[in-house]
Amino acid sequence: MDIKLQKVTKIFQAKDKSETVAVNALDVVIPSGKLIGLLGPSGCGKSTTLYMIAGLLEPNEGRIFFGDEDVTDLPPEERGIGLVFQNYALYPHMTVRQNIMFPLENIKVPKQEALSRAQEMADLVGIGELMDRKPKQLSGGQQQRVAIARALVKQPRVLLLDEPLSNLDARLRLQTREEIKRIQRETGITTVFVTHDQEEAMSISDQIVLMDFGVKQQVGEPQFVYDKPINLFVAKFLGTPPINLFAGEIVKNKLLLADGKKYRTETQAPEHQEDLTEDAIRAMTHEVKVPICNVEIMDKKAPDGDVVIGIRPEGFVVDEKGPLELEIFMVETIGRDTSLVVKDPFDDNKSYRIIIDSSYRVKAGDKVKFSFKPDKMFVFDKTSGDVL
Amino acid sequence: MLEKQSNVKAWLYLAPAMLLLSVFTFYPLFNAFFLAFLRDYEFLLGSARGFTFLGNFINVINKPDFGIAMKNTAVITFVSVPIAVIVALMISVALNSIKKFQGFLQTVFFLPYVTNAIAIGMAFAFIFHSDYGLLNTMLGWVGIDPINWINLRQAGNADTSWIRAMFALLVYTIWGGLAFKIMVFLSGLQSIDKQYYDAARIDATPKRRVFSKITVPLLSPMIAYITITSFIGAFKAYRTIIGMFGESLRPPGALSKDSLITIVGLVYDSLAHADATGAISEAAAASIILFLIILAFTLIQMQVSKRRVHF
Ligand SMILES: Nc1ncnc2c1ncn2[C@@H]1O[C@H](COP(=O)(O)OP(=O)(O)OP(=O)(O)O)[C@@H](O)[C@H]1O
Ligand SMILES: [Mg+2]
Repeated sequence: MDIKLQKVTKIFQAKDKSETVAVNALDVVIPSGKLIGLLGPSGCGKSTTLYMIAGLLEPNEGRIFFGDEDVTDLPPEERGIGLVFQNYALYPHMTVRQNIMFPLENIKVPKQEALSRAQEMADLVGIGELMDRKPKQLSGGQQQRVAIARALVKQPRVLLLDEPLSNLDARLRLQTREEIKRIQRETGITTVFVTHDQEEAMSISDQIVLMDFGVKQQVGEPQFVYDKPINLFVAKFLGTPPINLFAGEIVKNKLLLADGKKYRTETQAPEHQEDLTEDAIRAMTHEVKVPICNVEIMDKKAPDGDVVIGIRPEGFVVDEKGPLELEIFMVETIGRDTSLVVKDPFDDNKSYRIIIDSSYRVKAGDKVKFSFKPDKMFVFDKTSGDVL
Repeated sequence: MLEKQSNVKAWLYLAPAMLLLSVFTFYPLFNAFFLAFLRDYEFLLGSARGFTFLGNFINVINKPDFGIAMKNTAVITFVSVPIAVIVALMISVALNSIKKFQGFLQTVFFLPYVTNAIAIGMAFAFIFHSDYGLLNTMLGWVGIDPINWINLRQAGNADTSWIRAMFALLVYTIWGGLAFKIMVFLSGLQSIDKQYYDAARIDATPKRRVFSKITVPLLSPMIAYITITSFIGAFKAYRTIIGMFGESLRPPGALSKDSLITIVGLVYDSLAHADATGAISEAAAASIILFLIILAFTLIQMQVSKRRVHF
């Protein structure tokens, strides 16, 4: 059963009448049986969206459908959902068994059946041995699995997870996210997984929904969204190390790496320039405009104007005839790849990350020329941030 | 070195309190034990004729009022405390669930706490007054004849005077103790994570089960605390009776068998005749009897709560 959100909006009103638009006209279809990662920075409305799907919050506008059924006005208990809270919300006074059985007792499942279903579910998530413990006597990862078992035991139509891994340490996090993926596959239940960790979302989701300030940014398979970001926010949010951004300019269908003066205007308030002597400005200004590639190559035409160029760390190629020369500041060899840190030639406070094949011998202090892989390079409109 | 220093500081901070406690609590406590075992102690002369092991206790038990006091204390304790705890719990849960006027209503329910018990007792005496009382007036609206609650002068059936007076006293006791209980329960309820209730909603938990399976267990430390302190308070009931019935401890005109005297009442009764031989020792003995009852009872409750309370 798929989930459809149609123009769903949630506005919170504070005591002083000030309003927060937590979710803004969200339009998403969550396909049946898939695991969807709801991704975005803190405060972008992920939990709010999840709680609206759960029915714990009521949207101000828009409709929510489970399959063909409009559930917008249905209370949470009638929606048939399982929800795993950010801090699990396990009942502290009940044992693991009692916690898992609780939803079944509510709907008056006979005791014997409830017991065996609870055990079955506990075995599925791998905590079958811990049934008589209290939540306090479990590790974070074990608690999380109890929470999943409790959410799944009543065989909900939808499983909702609110940052379930945020309380775990790095290793346990890796382990449990594989676990979640496995449980989701085995049960085939439509699942929404909220996280602000892009790596987490990319690694387990069939699709990701990327949000910012309550507005949907992009939806798609993780790799697709990574390869074809539709705007600057998406490109910046996905990927570790993050994408490198340069100021650029388009002149007659040629993409130029912008000159130093433009860097200056970016990092320094323009009015300060008036206080400087002409010599000082000249000293800070690099008049060279380096053509790096033709917009035609990227199969896009764009009007002349200022742009932002984004290049993924793996989009750099060591190339003696490359257009951009950079001085290497630091080298980290990480097995297969070499990670380079370079200083912005025009701004000491900015640095970039470049990942190249480790067969290249590079050391700190070297000046290396680079060219770029066109499919790892994106050009964004400077004002709207949309990809060109 | 550091630890030692902070230890000295801690003791210094505690010193004033310890001094006051020694003078006004520990000394009287030990003195009471001492007095309870003196034979024919004369308070005015400060003299005694040696020690007696059980003499004073036997004197207390043989007092005509002792049985009545035990019965009254037991009734007040075992009727008022459970009802008060349950009523306070209900009111707190209701208060906690409403959004509007919550602050205002909290204040209303808290008012009795900052009001003098004697003043409230007098107010209740008036509420239960048979001619002018609010209660009888309201009963009159629904066609029930006035009942002689606590003032017997206007005849009425003297045989049931104890029941009526006790009823009025219990209502007053329960009401007077509600404020503090509600305050404790409310703060407890507000500290329960709202997510438990969200989780319960998601799992389609019926309201009564939410109350019995989530609210009560999560509130159980508060419930245990309130129950134990309420029992102790109820065993020591005295002020309420003075407030409602005055120093006679019974409705005007009631027979002495219908008195509402309690064990603490017995203590004060003996103290009132301090000039009589052995009276002070009897008062001490009575208070030790009460102490032992409370001690035994509290130990039992602690034992029970160990199994029932989820910390
Ligand atoms: N009950 C509320 N009252 C008022 N504002 C709220 C309320 N709940 C959330 N908000 C606001 O709505 C916005 C979205 O909140 P939400 O909890 O959905 O963010 P989130 O994406 O889950 O963030 P995080 O990753 O930090 O959990 C935030 O700006 C938040 O301040
Ligand atoms: Mg959140």
